[in-house]
Amino acid sequence: MKNTLEIKGLKAGIGEKEILHGLNLTVPKGEVHAIMGKNGSGKSTLAKVMAGHHDYEVRGGDVLLDGESILGLAPDVRARTGLFLAFQYPSEIPGVTIANFMRAALNARRAEGEEIDAVEYYNELYQKMDLLKIDRSFTSRSVNDGFSGGEKKRNEILQMAMLGPKYAVLDETDSGLDIDALKVVSHGVNSLRGPNLGILVITHYQRLLDYIVPDVVHVMAAGRIVKSGPKELALEMEKKGYDWVETPVPA
Amino acid sequence: MSGIVAQDKPDLQIDQDQGNFSYPEDYAFDAGTGLTEKTIDYICDTKGDPDWVREFRKKALKVFQDKPLPTHWASKDLENIHFDDFRYYLSKGAKPKRSWDEVPDDVKKTFERLGIPEKERAFLAGVEAQFDSEAAYSNIKKAVAEQGVVFVGSREGLKEHPEIFRKWFGKVIPTGDNKFSALNSAVFSGGSFIYVPKGVKVKHPLQAYFRINAENFGQFERTLIIVDEGAELTYMEGCTAPKFDSVTLHSAVVELVAMKGAKLQYITVQNWSPNVFNLVTKRGLAHEEAEIKWIDCNIGSRLTMKYPGVVLKGRKSRGEVLSIALANNGQHQDTGAKMIHAADETTSNIISKSISIGSGRATYRGLVHIPRHLKGCKNNTECDALLINSESRTDTYPAIVTRGEGNSVQHEASVSKVSAEQIFYMQQRGLSEGQAMSLSVNGFVNELVRQFPMEYSVELKRLIDLEMEGSVG
Repeated sequence: MKNTLEIKGLKAGIGEKEILHGLNLTVPKGEVHAIMGKNGSGKSTLAKVMAGHHDYEVRGGDVLLDGESILGLAPDVRARTGLFLAFQYPSEIPGVTIANFMRAALNARRAEGEEIDAVEYYNELYQKMDLLKIDRSFTSRSVNDGFSGGEKKRNEILQMAMLGPKYAVLDETDSGLDIDALKVVSHGVNSLRGPNLGILVITHYQRLLDYIVPDVVHVMAAGRIVKSGPKELALEMEKKGYDWVETPVPA
Repeated sequence: MSGIVAQDKPDLQIDQDQGNFSYPEDYAFDAGTGLTEKTIDYICDTKGDPDWVREFRKKALKVFQDKPLPTHWASKDLENIHFDDFRYYLSKGAKPKRSWDEVPDDVKKTFERLGIPEKERAFLAGVEAQFDSEAAYSNIKKAVAEQGVVFVGSREGLKEHPEIFRKWFGKVIPTGDNKFSALNSAVFSGGSFIYVPKGVKVKHPLQAYFRINAENFGQFERTLIIVDEGAELTYMEGCTAPKFDSVTLHSAVVELVAMKGAKLQYITVQNWSPNVFNLVTKRGLAHEEAEIKWIDCNIGSRLTMKYPGVVLKGRKSRGEVLSIALANNGQHQDTGAKMIHAADETTSNIISKSISIGSGRATYRGLVHIPRHLKGCKNNTECDALLINSESRTDTYPAIVTRGEGNSVQHEASVSKVSAEQIFYMQQRGLSEGQAMSLSVNGFVNELVRQFPMEYSVELKRLIDLEMEGSVG
């Protein structure tokens, strides 16, 4: 389907071990969906499988971006097709500045010889940084090298803003953040919300959803989506815990 | 004309055909294969060497023949060099010719990517025997000549400026320093001779490109640079374009002399084809308050052994070696630096960065020597290694000998890896695997490369990009 990110009967795992047991989910553009679930429910596996991480093997089902399957594509091709993953633990790249990294990522989306103009690039970068309330000195630091938890997550959101994906998956973006950092990062995500972006927020805690208010909440358990509902479902989950939804709803 | 036998290295994965150009067999000035006194006579006759040079060469030949291979060096691979199978001299005008159409497409593409000017491409690909750069550089040449700077080939230098040439030739690196310096001393041809008079500061870096001819890029070039009191010079050797040459043994000797208060910077960026043995001896002699700096980048080759050094002979002299080595699949970069402190208050600085990819191997071999009687000497050594893919290996042998009091040495070493997670992270931003690796490597060398002249840092970056692109499927 056009304008949706669809996950259909996705089965995947590491080696012998299957973690996702036929997961279904649809995120239309313009909406924010949240996935909540306990540790070990397969939330982060889902994010990594979608992005094409080499450790995971897909055993069945499909992931479709605007109706096209992306499972056969290399991770960089998926990214250039419009899928963005904000990492739970972003990697450090010593010696490579944020400015250079972002520029390389943007140029990778263009034809050889049509590199982005430097002035145009910095205008864009500074504009996005202002939007996210990020200090300009940030760009001359090496990517994530020696960053605090909050700085790393802000850097993820800055990259998301710069790359302009069609669909963004935020994997435990709230982990390791104090309340101030959480507000800053949420503000960033909210400012990017719009009709051309579908967002999937993966979280363990309801707290994040006070700041990034979802259109739909999904509950994940044992490698499947076991319950979906409006944003109030998140509060219910917070109050009742996960146990009452552990048994998958019959199909 | 390959004299290399890869018998006991089945896993080397070297395309032996790479860089093998077809040579016509009728050299007008060909010394034949093997090395005897007759070969030396032939070289001397053809070049018109004066008698003292003939004598020097013959003595060197004796030393070369008597000296065993340096067994304490890292690699057994040296034993695969069959000295009798090489041609030791091919004169100018007798270089191979082939047409541009015969140059392989990937070679052409490499030149294009590196932005090598067309004239130079033809020379580097072996299409043209001579490269006339007179026009391009005539202004600089005129300017330095007006300042009294001598910049000629080594052959011209020894004939036309014997009074300076003989005074220093073979003094910084004696013939018997090692087997390969002896070999070079016996059969040298090509290379540069430069003399910068007292107090003259040469503004523009001088380049070997200045007056490239077929000899200049020879197998056994010999360079001697003397910078007189208070004078300054930057010299750039080689170029970042790969040399597609079938000559598989390269053994140069470079001697630098910085007189009182002089400053001399020598920059090398080399990119050899993967069948080349690159065994080079480079050393500088720094007099009182003089400064010698080597910037040395080694990419490619089958085996490179090179340890630029500075003998800190005068009080308060300074020596520095900044080096980058990149060992790709099947290659071994055995590089490092030597700092011999021989006067009070001398300082030396060594920064070495090595990158090993796949089965590539990088070795840092250092020597810092500060004898007991000296005071106020300082050395700083930093070696950082980056490994890409698990089979890569790296070794560090930093021999630091400090005696006496009031001398200080500092040594830091690090080994890091480009992890699969890091590459995945970058790929998730849209960079291809090759682009991601190349960015990691550039990040690793970035701080050091910033100290290089602009055009070299740009070319080096492009070179790294090309190497990394080739290293992933």
